[in-house]
Amino acid sequence: MVDAKKYPAPVTNPETAAFWDAAKQGRFMIKRCTACGEAHYFPRSICPFCYSDKTVWEEASGEGTIYTYSLMRKSPTGPYAIGYVTLKEGPSVQTNFVDCDLEKLKIGQKVKVVFKPTDGAPLPFFTPV
Amino acid sequence: MTIKGKAYIAGIYEHPTRHAPDKSTAQLHAEVAKGAIEDAGLSKDDVDGYFCAGDAPGGAWPMVDYLGLNTKKLRHVDSTETGGCSYIIHLGHAAEAIAAGKCSIALITLAGKPRTGVMPPRAAGAEVDFESAYGATTHNAYGMCAMRHMHDFGTTSEQLAWIKVAASHHAQYNPHAMLRDVVTVEDVLNSPMISDPLHRMDCCVVSDGGGALIVTTPEIAKSLKRPLVRLIGHGEAMKGPRGGKDLDLTYSAGVWSGPRAFEEAGITPKDIKYASIYDSFTITVLMQLEDLGFCKKGEGGKFVADGNLISGVGKLPFNTDGGGLCSNHPVNRGGMTKIIEAVRQLRGEAHPKVQVKNCDLAIAHGTGGLLGVRHAASTAILERV
Repeated sequence: MVDAKKYPAPVTNPETAAFWDAAKQGRFMIKRCTACGEAHYFPRSICPFCYSDKTVWEEASGEGTIYTYSLMRKSPTGPYAIGYVTLKEGPSVQTNFVDCDLEKLKIGQKVKVVFKPTDGAPLPFFTPV
Repeated sequence: MTIKGKAYIAGIYEHPTRHAPDKSTAQLHAEVAKGAIEDAGLSKDDVDGYFCAGDAPGGAWPMVDYLGLNTKKLRHVDSTETGGCSYIIHLGHAAEAIAAGKCSIALITLAGKPRTGVMPPRAAGAEVDFESAYGATTHNAYGMCAMRHMHDFGTTSEQLAWIKVAASHHAQYNPHAMLRDVVTVEDVLNSPMISDPLHRMDCCVVSDGGGALIVTTPEIAKSLKRPLVRLIGHGEAMKGPRGGKDLDLTYSAGVWSGPRAFEEAGITPKDIKYASIYDSFTITVLMQLEDLGFCKKGEGGKFVADGNLISGVGKLPFNTDGGGLCSNHPVNRGGMTKIIEAVRQLRGEAHPKVQVKNCDLAIAHGTGGLLGVRHAASTAILERV
């Protein structure tokens, strides 16, 4: 199963450290720009839409729907499903789908975030609701 | 200011090898450079511009030195790295440099040995912590595009398979092609699923090899003995998830590079007699044909079906060398060979069984990076004079 996989620890940097600190507490964060109101992912200090530096951290619901996916059947570490989730808050995020029957994934399916451990901060994944 | 008609492709060379464990990567670059320079009827000491991408060992300055280029004469260098379409971008940049008088004979090289197991290193982007653990590969990144395209437009695996079928029809005449057997739609559908919904035969080959171009001024081209092929339009563009806003994996950056090139050339897709379209996967071809305007978005499946891409059969002959799906895919980068086969068609030097009659206008288009993640695209429109 994909769950048994060993995931690399994020390296982190000053721009994204708060995301990983929150992940350690099981919280999934996005960034929102207070100038244009848009949320984005992965987090940047400068808003990629309006270039304002007035971006703030926001805890996301962790809920969303599958935009697309592909089940990778040929892999030395076993099959895994990569895809994008469109969060309730708007942004789409790249992820893997875990803790489920990978053959039954569907575009539009509701999913929620789950964190998986690494040697550093845990990484966000998604699983069907 | 335009580059229309300001630069000619005077030399082409595709390395015949598909597996080169007995050669170095730099050596392959030198062999393709020599091939293209000799095809043009020039000497390496004539070269005054050099273009290479991330596959060139050490980058431009070690390559210029290794290749023994004339450094007293060399006055323009460009190492733009945009993956598989780097060389189509280089072609445009060479034309810009030639139009601006910054060089007059440009050499562009690509070579490498992924089949032997050697891959050029790539530096991590800002997204690394947020993506690298999820195992995006070419197969599944393009699988994600195909999955969504099927969802939005009803595109089918049978339609995608027609692209491979067309490539195989052409590859049977290419003695250097890795896969020369003609295949059927059923063969593609019966090949193992690699990353849903892409089967093994939806995927290109992995090959060693390379290719090179000589790009020059109209005056020098006309003084040489080769047929005259010139660049009349060029476009480049990039696309990514852009902070995750309005993600849409059903189109590529070709929607921007294509119209830029057609506008500069002053022609439309209907005028094109032959198309070299980067075919890392069948879905790559289908999406790019839509993006370039050969059919409407979402109608690519219908467009490619029933042999429409087969030379002598369909309306848009494509990749008559067999392309990446059947012939080769040096360094996992298809842009160079796309230009080379387009030039062969315009020169009338393609295999007689696949040569397009009166081929005077061709397109060479490709992408680099991952269509399902972030990528570049470049379009070149070429004309026989």
